[in-house]
Amino acid sequence: TPSTLFDPLLSSAFSALFFKTLSHLFSSPIHLCPALGEIALCPNNHEVHIYKKDGTKWTKIHELKEHNGQVTGIDWAPESNRIVTCGADRNAYVWTLKEGTWKPTLVILRINRAARCVKWSPKENKFAVGSGSRLISVCYFEQENDWWVCKHIKKPIRSTILSLDWHPNNALLAAGSCDFKCRVFSAYIKEVEEKPGPTPWGSKMPFGELLFESGGSPAAAQTSGASGGWVHSVCFSHSGNRLAWTSHDSTLCVSEGGKNGTLTSLSSETLPLLCVTFITENSLVAAGHDCYPVLFVYDGAKGSLTFGGKLDVPKQAAQKGISARERFQNLDRRASETQNTDKDLNTLHKNSISQISVLEGGRNQCTKFCTTGMDGGMGIWDVKSLESAMKDLKIV
Amino acid sequence: MSKNTVSARFRRVDVDEYDENKFVDEEDGGENQMGPDEAEVDSLIRHSCTGNLTEALHAVLKNPPINTKNQNVKDRAEGLVLKVLSSFKSGDIEKGVQSLDKNGVDLLMKYIYKGFERPSENSSAVLLQWHEKALAAGGVGSIVRVLTARKTV
Repeated sequence: TPSTLFDPLLSSAFSALFFKTLSHLFSSPIHLCPALGEIALCPNNHEVHIYKKDGTKWTKIHELKEHNGQVTGIDWAPESNRIVTCGADRNAYVWTLKEGTWKPTLVILRINRAARCVKWSPKENKFAVGSGSRLISVCYFEQENDWWVCKHIKKPIRSTILSLDWHPNNALLAAGSCDFKCRVFSAYIKEVEEKPGPTPWGSKMPFGELLFESGGSPAAAQTSGASGGWVHSVCFSHSGNRLAWTSHDSTLCVSEGGKNGTLTSLSSETLPLLCVTFITENSLVAAGHDCYPVLFVYDGAKGSLTFGGKLDVPKQAAQKGISARERFQNLDRRASETQNTDKDLNTLHKNSISQISVLEGGRNQCTKFCTTGMDGGMGIWDVKSLESAMKDLKIV
Repeated sequence: MSKNTVSARFRRVDVDEYDENKFVDEEDGGENQMGPDEAEVDSLIRHSCTGNLTEALHAVLKNPPINTKNQNVKDRAEGLVLKVLSSFKSGDIEKGVQSLDKNGVDLLMKYIYKGFERPSENSSAVLLQWHEKALAAGGVGSIVRVLTARKTV
């Protein structure tokens, strides 16, 4: 059972949760359904486990077993209460709760490599799956045949899709790929929705249309020598007018207004960032291999992206005696029984943070967000408390 | 134990070359990249007091031969950069680095690692001093960008 680690000095800023099981590599995402107080996660195997919060305890209430390979993506649609999962077995399943158990429905993605990520669209009538087959499978339910069908977006993707994010209009889809590009496609499916109106990203949106591709001009590449890295994470702002993405070359970029708009990038001094989200229309929080979340501020008028501050409070707690359980946890997480303060990471997460999710307030006025990491830990961060706990931190 | 009497030449075949979906980098037209101007840089070094050395640094970081496939141009540029870096007094290195913008620090880092690849008589010592200051200015991010750059100096 997971234990709750609770440092009284920092209790207002965040509470931390560590899953003391085999699940140390949360490279498989967790999905939180804050409305129900439940979490769906993959403990680094072929299964999905659902935990429910009971006061301060978390109890496992379901085990979803159907995949034949590592589960690589989970997304929970809160309105329709359905879960979609995708895995290394090249399949996706849509799970619905029937009489107290989650029942899977197979969705054939027609891919010949592992699925890597999955996201429900805002209206929950479609979902998109990124895979190693260098394409995106956009799936929707066909009433007449009572099954899920999918359409492929292939051109001009040239490598694995690592991340996806839907625009609030339910039609546009951003995709980050290992071919070093971030793109915006139209995933408009006429069978399930009305034609979307024009947006700053474009007005003609047939399915599969490429509306934006990062990578800049050769001129830009020459001056900075920047040719990018794998695009780990993509995120639309609440309005959908801005798109942010993080790359393996330790950069964060924001595009506003698509092809004919602006592209602002920041070369970070940190290790690569693996995940990013907007918390207001101007502020972003990203995290990655440095194991702590970072605030960035985007100024559309000035076209600037700046570092806003490190969002982690180093532990200043006095050394106390170590319990047997803590010894075991340290051994599990760090291969050493004691917390050696010299080489110790003084951050909440002891390994890379792989995912960041907004829990409350949405992407325009986020009040709580959650980070999950490869240390098997999940941290819940309170934005107001962070602002007061950290001098000079201003969230605009 | 049976002996393999069949030819093992097949083990040397690079199967990725035969993959029709193999990723090929975009061509970025680097034919016209000539690297930094040798004459300009040399003259700045010769007339060097600290001020001019900083100018020499800026001059040598111009027109980096990133996209060209011409190895001679790249070698010449690296040699010229090393010449400038070696001309600095140890105490002036930090100021030199601080006179650069973010892109400049990233580019300097690329040249430093290029220099490490083929050490000559005192080059590594000089480069290590520059590396320390460049790291302080650019953070590990600047090193990450050296590692992820598909085209470099």
